[in-house]
Amino acid sequence: MRDQFRFRKILAAIIVMAVLPALFSGCSGPAVKGGALTGDEASRVYVKPGEYDEFYAFLSGGFSGQLSAYGIPSGRLLKVIPVFSVDAEKGYGFNEETKPLLETSFGFIPWDDAHHPQLSQTNGETDGRWAFINGNNTPRVARIDLSVFETVEIIEIPNSGGNHSSPFITENTEYLVAGTRFGVPYPQKDVAISTYAETFKGMLTFISVDKETGLMDVAFQVLLPAFNYDLAHAGKGNSHGWVFFTSYNTELKHTLLEVNASQHDKDFIAAINWKKAEEYIKQGKYKEMPANYAHNVYDEYTHTATSTMKKKVKVLIPEECPGLVYFMPTPKSPHGVDVDPTGEYIVGSGKLSADLTVHSFSKMKAAIDKKAFETTIEGVPILKAEETVAGVVQKPGLGPLHTEFDGKGNAYTTFFISSEVVKWKLGTWEVLDRAPCFYSVGHLMIPGGDSKKPDGKYLVALNKITKDRYLPTGPELTHSAQLYDISGDKMKLLLDFPTIGEPHYAQGIAASKIVPRSKKFFPLEENKHPYRAMGEKDARVERSGNVVRVYMTTIRSHFAPDNIEGIKVGDKVYFHVTNLEQDWDVPHGFAVMGAQNGELLIMPGQTETLLWEPKFEGVYPFYCTDFCSALHQEMQGYIRVSTAGANVPLKWSLGEDIVQ
Amino acid sequence: MMLLAALSLLALFVWPMWKIVLYAPQYPTGVEMHIYINKIGGKEPGVLQNINILNHYVGMKYIEPDSIPELKYFQYIIMVMIGLGLIAAVVNKGGWFLGWAVLMTLLAIAGLYDFYLWEYDYGHSLSDDAPIKIPGASFQPPLIGYKQILNFDAVSLPHIAGYFTGAGILLAYAAWWFKKRLSR
Repeated sequence: MRDQFRFRKILAAIIVMAVLPALFSGCSGPAVKGGALTGDEASRVYVKPGEYDEFYAFLSGGFSGQLSAYGIPSGRLLKVIPVFSVDAEKGYGFNEETKPLLETSFGFIPWDDAHHPQLSQTNGETDGRWAFINGNNTPRVARIDLSVFETVEIIEIPNSGGNHSSPFITENTEYLVAGTRFGVPYPQKDVAISTYAETFKGMLTFISVDKETGLMDVAFQVLLPAFNYDLAHAGKGNSHGWVFFTSYNTELKHTLLEVNASQHDKDFIAAINWKKAEEYIKQGKYKEMPANYAHNVYDEYTHTATSTMKKKVKVLIPEECPGLVYFMPTPKSPHGVDVDPTGEYIVGSGKLSADLTVHSFSKMKAAIDKKAFETTIEGVPILKAEETVAGVVQKPGLGPLHTEFDGKGNAYTTFFISSEVVKWKLGTWEVLDRAPCFYSVGHLMIPGGDSKKPDGKYLVALNKITKDRYLPTGPELTHSAQLYDISGDKMKLLLDFPTIGEPHYAQGIAASKIVPRSKKFFPLEENKHPYRAMGEKDARVERSGNVVRVYMTTIRSHFAPDNIEGIKVGDKVYFHVTNLEQDWDVPHGFAVMGAQNGELLIMPGQTETLLWEPKFEGVYPFYCTDFCSALHQEMQGYIRVSTAGANVPLKWSLGEDIVQ
Repeated sequence: MMLLAALSLLALFVWPMWKIVLYAPQYPTGVEMHIYINKIGGKEPGVLQNINILNHYVGMKYIEPDSIPELKYFQYIIMVMIGLGLIAAVVNKGGWFLGWAVLMTLLAIAGLYDFYLWEYDYGHSLSDDAPIKIPGASFQPPLIGYKQILNFDAVSLPHIAGYFTGAGILLAYAAWWFKKRLSR
């Protein structure tokens, strides 16, 4: 009897234990998938038609090579800015003017892998002048002018194997950094890969940025062991003058890295004192080394880029420059290294570590002062592990990657493996809140979240995997961004939206810092393009050998000239098209049949050039590709191509007047 | 007072005297053309070109400031009137004041009538091969005030120098009136 009762109790307990989780999951299942929406989210992200978003978000395009601009909180895509990849839509890399931007020491390269946008800063705050972004594959850094949202400069990084820890910026945009992800032989040469530990090096590059023009220059490089330098951030406030780089593969392995580079319990954060570097440069304590790298600059008046090859670089060697570099041991293969708004805390996200380690800048300085070194590698002192640590966030999640700050004493870290954003408190290191991401979040972004003055209102998580989040599009699915409201104690998921390519990293800025500087068109009278036509009276066709130059103009709604004869098979025909319009949002397009090329998309006041090499005789139409006006469809013309030996005279016209 | 009246005409050499603003959905902030005593401009660069582009769809003539003689000689009339106004101020006689004021009033009326004639000409002399033809339509902007022209709302109003000129004329009348009262 008693036993029977006991049996019933056990049975009841089993039933409760079995049913309860089912009940809970019954409640929490759909809520988790939706992200615990409570109902007023739509109004929080709704920006009325015709109204502006509060923030711009710049999301990298990853393997698309481009940079995208979104409005926040609506998540509306505003523009895809072509940077490292050709873009037939805009003629980028197809027209003669932008081709030089993609020149490198390897020649013209039509693609790269764009990872980390950075906005220019003044006094540690974003200033809305420029965005910078790295090209990882063929190491480069690009500058985008935010008055026009166009790429205006690309500089190649010499002695680098992959420009990943880049282009993180100092608080007055004094420098951008460009640390190599892959160790490479230095100088580059033909050696056995198995000599990695001996012959390979890891170069960290500092690029200076001109205060007025924004022009970049390789200021100096620091030669370090061939660790894999992953990400970086500059100090600010007290720690201004330092840049911190994470590293993995301190094991110096060259094969099966997923295992071999994950053996050390601690890798390093390299702390570089760039003010010290400036002193050493001034004292001449650098080696001037031969190099070969491209520097490409787009001129806003000629509307044309030029590419020049640079041949020298200044290299600092730590053994000869004491006090330049220190290594801070940090668990384990750290990815992000993020400096809080005060500049005191340096968060190293050990992506294979169970805990999150936070270093203290003042403790680091003290350790340096009392020479608390474990040992030295290639002239670089390794600080004692326990000496620099300010605190540890215990068991916050799995796979920490990147931390940003809200300016109210809180930090937000992404966890790739546990697919969540975790909010924790600086100083007490306690976890305050966690929010799931859908799915596998990489980096996150709070507007100004890595600056001295974060706008702690929204957080954008950048997800690598979307699976079932959107309508399926076959095997290849979009990546996504998810918007959280972080103005309250708890994070609240508001929206998720698809992105271009892979959004590795992002920056945000109040729209009010960019909108007033945004250009509406280029004044025609400032156009200094060598092949411009300042009006229809300048429209003409000139031949020199087999090179034919068509000085063409566009205005609603015709080309001048629109009838051209006397072109021959084998000619190189350059259409130099000047858009005479002087009004906002009136670009004209230009496309000609059979062009093994892109189109032109010419902004008002601009001149762009399309090269056309006609292959067969005949008469070919050209037309405007951007719907410009009520008579856009009539904006068209013909070009007549004769055989190579023909005697058809060169003629051009518009309307009935034959100009010759 | 008469001195101020004469000097108020100097505004004509600094600011526009009239404006015509065209609003349409695609032009939310308006295309604002400014008419000066000696030139045609706009609130932003490129306004005249943009108005001409709009006008050409319906076959209106291009507004070419060089082909409008008034823009050349009217400024000399104004200079003479400033000179006469200054003399009137020096002579300081009521009759001079009234004479100047009446002459300016007649000139202003003549100017507005001339403006109307140009508007009529631009609004009605349409090219035979205009791409868009609307039977019976005219595109004459209002002399003063508001009018709807196809998809545009057109507003025509005096601008800064226009108000200065009007105030100058009133000042001259006032100067005459005060003079008369004082001498009584």
